[in-house]
Amino acid sequence: MSDLFEFVLRLGDDALVAAQRLAEWTSRAPEMEEDVALANIALDQLGAARLLLSYAGELEGAGRDEDALAYLRGDREFRNCLLVELPNGDFAVTMAKLFCLAAYQRIRYDRLVTSTDERLAAIAAKARKESAYHVDHAALWVRRLGDGTEESHRRMQAAVDEVWPYTHELFATDELAARVAERGIAAAPSTLREEWLGAVEPVLATATLTRPADGWAPGGGRDGVHTEHLSYLLAEMQVLHRAHPGARW
Amino acid sequence: MSERSERAVPLWEVFVRARRGLSHNHVGSLHAPDAELALRNARDLYTRRQEGVSIWVVPAGAITASSPDEKDAFFDPAADKVYRHPTFYEVPDGVAHL
Repeated sequence: MSDLFEFVLRLGDDALVAAQRLAEWTSRAPEMEEDVALANIALDQLGAARLLLSYAGELEGAGRDEDALAYLRGDREFRNCLLVELPNGDFAVTMAKLFCLAAYQRIRYDRLVTSTDERLAAIAAKARKESAYHVDHAALWVRRLGDGTEESHRRMQAAVDEVWPYTHELFATDELAARVAERGIAAAPSTLREEWLGAVEPVLATATLTRPADGWAPGGGRDGVHTEHLSYLLAEMQVLHRAHPGARW
Repeated sequence: MSERSERAVPLWEVFVRARRGLSHNHVGSLHAPDAELALRNARDLYTRRQEGVSIWVVPAGAITASSPDEKDAFFDPAADKVYRHPTFYEVPDGVAHL
């Protein structure tokens, strides 16, 4: 079952790291209402991460629960895509990241509902409703900023340009993903990109933004090879658990 | 709040009808740049995205309120004129919900 463990870990780590980044906005968002919305989305992502990591722990069968997986792995053991670990930057960068991620998660979870793995299908059924809201929220801001003032347009375009290369990793199908697809557990990532572009491109167009050209495609997150940002994120996230191993809270 | 941000982020009144509720009730207010965002924010702040609720948002400026100064004239009925109150009719049996 190690293929399935590894695959569920990828999904769970995406959600966990995204939640951690979004939570960094708490009390720092441009408006009070937006503060609540970002915290809301962070909580959704964390909820999905908990379900997925708990399941991954059971699949592994080595006695690691959601906490052990979240707090006691080093960056080389994390399987999240690079997109979610990128720093928040300004509000436009955060919205570009969230928009690209949520549009992907939406399609991912939508397809997973028919997975041959029942547990995964059940988790996806719950998560896809939340994802729909995340896409909606991020798309709204991409349009607003893109079609806002000259300055907000400039920043939104810069944000999309910055984030775009990292989206290719979401649709890279490696051997493990291919095996998982063969068993009917989850669609191969490469088969999701057309639908993703179908969701993303119209929003960019309405926002008067130029869709970046495809080119440089950094990857490695799925193999535990991350950007320099992840270990700092983990150091902050894990410090208490590592200082007091075995403590209960 | 400065004049500029007041103009950019107007106040909205929020009315929510609960899933099994019969009417929309005023639940509070919030600041949002337009109706679309006001609706989304209201969903986060006042309904926790429960399914099956209905939300109305109204710009606070669109609401005309009765003035507290005219309270007496508006709401204090002349209790001495009993013929104002429909209490002199016999209600037939079977009209339970009049």
